[in-house]
Amino acid sequence: MNEINPLLRRGLTHRRDFLRLMGVGAVGLAAAACGVEGQGGKQNVTQSEVEKYWAGKTKNGKLNWANWVGYMEDDRATLKAFTKATGIEVTYKEVINENAEWFGKIDAPLRAGQSIGFDLMVMSNGIQLEQARQLGYLVPLDHAKLPNFAANAGESFKNPPFDPDNTFTVPYTSGITGIAYNTKYVKEPITKWADLLDPKYKGKIGMMGDSQELGNVGMFLVGVDPERSTPEDWEKAAAKLREQRPLVRKYYTQDYIEAVTKGDVWITMAWSGDAYSLAGPEVEFVIPEEGGTIWTDNLCIPSTAENPVDALELMNWLYDPRANATLTEYINYITPVPATKDFIRQDAEAASGDEKKALEDLISSPLVFPTEADLAKLRRYRTLTQDEKEKYQSVFTPIPQGS
Amino acid sequence: MRRRLTPYLLILPGGLWLTAFFAVPIIMMLSFSLMEGNLIDGFAFTFHWQNYTEGLSTYGDKFARSLWYGLLATAACIALAYPAAYWIAFKAGRNKSTYLFLLLLPFFVSFILRTVSWKFVLADNGIFIGTLKDWGLLDQDFHVLGTTFAVIAGLTYNFLPFMVLPIYVALEKIDYRLIEAAQDLYASRVQAFLRVVLPLSLPGVFAGVVMTFIPVSADYVNADVLGGSGNVMIGNVIYLEYFNNSDYPMASALSFTLMGALLVGIFLYARLLGTKDVLEAAGR
Repeated sequence: MNEINPLLRRGLTHRRDFLRLMGVGAVGLAAAACGVEGQGGKQNVTQSEVEKYWAGKTKNGKLNWANWVGYMEDDRATLKAFTKATGIEVTYKEVINENAEWFGKIDAPLRAGQSIGFDLMVMSNGIQLEQARQLGYLVPLDHAKLPNFAANAGESFKNPPFDPDNTFTVPYTSGITGIAYNTKYVKEPITKWADLLDPKYKGKIGMMGDSQELGNVGMFLVGVDPERSTPEDWEKAAAKLREQRPLVRKYYTQDYIEAVTKGDVWITMAWSGDAYSLAGPEVEFVIPEEGGTIWTDNLCIPSTAENPVDALELMNWLYDPRANATLTEYINYITPVPATKDFIRQDAEAASGDEKKALEDLISSPLVFPTEADLAKLRRYRTLTQDEKEKYQSVFTPIPQGS
Repeated sequence: MRRRLTPYLLILPGGLWLTAFFAVPIIMMLSFSLMEGNLIDGFAFTFHWQNYTEGLSTYGDKFARSLWYGLLATAACIALAYPAAYWIAFKAGRNKSTYLFLLLLPFFVSFILRTVSWKFVLADNGIFIGTLKDWGLLDQDFHVLGTTFAVIAGLTYNFLPFMVLPIYVALEKIDYRLIEAAQDLYASRVQAFLRVVLPLSLPGVFAGVVMTFIPVSADYVNADVLGGSGNVMIGNVIYLEYFNNSDYPMASALSFTLMGALLVGIFLYARLLGTKDVLEAAGR
């Protein structure tokens, strides 16, 4: 992996972002003295508002895209193909490690109506995407310019509960949260979340710091379906996670991959595709018996985007099954374009040796092309109202902080 | 007339700079720390002192840990920096500037990069520890990353030059004839050091403590990169509240509490060490 360490990159941006935030703050001093305006309630968008936004916007031939680590081929083949097909130059950066952290970075500039330097970004369904939606940080999509989405998106990817009618987002990929373990150190098969509480792995267990991801595991551990959980369940789950904490090496963001590959942790919460595309060959991924969570990472356009038309064109292009196949072959996540499978099969037939085998495995992998039965075993994130969100975060965010 | 205005004109650019980029944000943060609300509905200024009490009750242990880590790392810095500074000031002779340059050399590489590179060096099965384990010199479970030791060692390493330089400057200014005079008056080498050199160098130590203890206690990078689940410092919490939870009031209240704690700490230290020395140092 010749990527820059994500943690390093995150660290490098901390200070600059903080300074920017302070700069924005200084301008807003007058406002701050008597309070900061809320800007809630923008989730309903009429057709005329969509048209009003897109009226007069033109293609600029360039695009800045903020994505998660490991979400594109190392050689960026998909982007090169896109540039060739459309003439749009893409500046692609893998700057997102965690939804909450990303939201924290874009909140101040978007609130102030300033550019965040990106025209396209990828956010998971969950608390922060909901906030971005409600705060009016996302551009309503012009579905007239997304014919590929209408034609090729899988039914389960259309009209999701977190974004009715795909008003602001279209899925980039879906993935599963489960367990990754390094077979060099863990000799027995890992099958369940409860294995993350096994004292013999003390100090070698990794968890995720994200409050929703962490909370979900807590709920699986106490036998609750996260999607249907109640605040009482959250407390029980939190108690269980606190009980586990002395065994945990660290609460990670995206850097768990490096840790489990190097053997700093042996067994960790993980995202399905990462375990294949980024981690070393000894790392195995399993969907635990108690259940895994399925989430969707979504393409969306920030309100201050300078090249929204180009961003929309990329969204549409990614829903072309041929274009999507190249991407899926590398990132190994669940594609929202079912027809992609035929192209991967074609590629497999054309390939030989190891590559052929890898592509065939990919086609039959339940982690990339899950069957309906597979999907039935997976649970979704719970949708949280504003009040619930505050309660939820107050229950789960202190846990990685040791409180 | 012009002569009387000169000092004011000289201070104007710096003053404006500080007002715009230091005073204004500080006041803004102070007002934030007394607000309540959330991101969606907005924040309102309500003298919400609970931000402070809640912050202290929820994260009191993180404050204590940060100050404790700050203390340990600062003490380690003094222990390592004083002999080094002493040696460079009195024994290095003509090569003084070379040694100072060597000391500053790591600063040419980003602080984050240096810390992250430790993570590679100290990995559980990395070049160092992995090799020692293979030789059977270390237990298989042994690890450095994710421990308190790793965090304190990282903090000490990263801030060491901030301690060496002021001590060096203080020592360098000492007239060597004073030491000779002490020895002429039958002081032993130890006595000469304890009664002449050490007191004269204390203002340098004080400056070094201020320059390390404050940033070390507020640091979040070392705990994040080198620490584990039990090493969260208050800087990490503030970062989380600000960037991840968007709870600006809580983050601001925590920041001000930390600032207060550090000011009290430094003030106490100044009193204990004797304000006279410090004032003298400031007057020089």
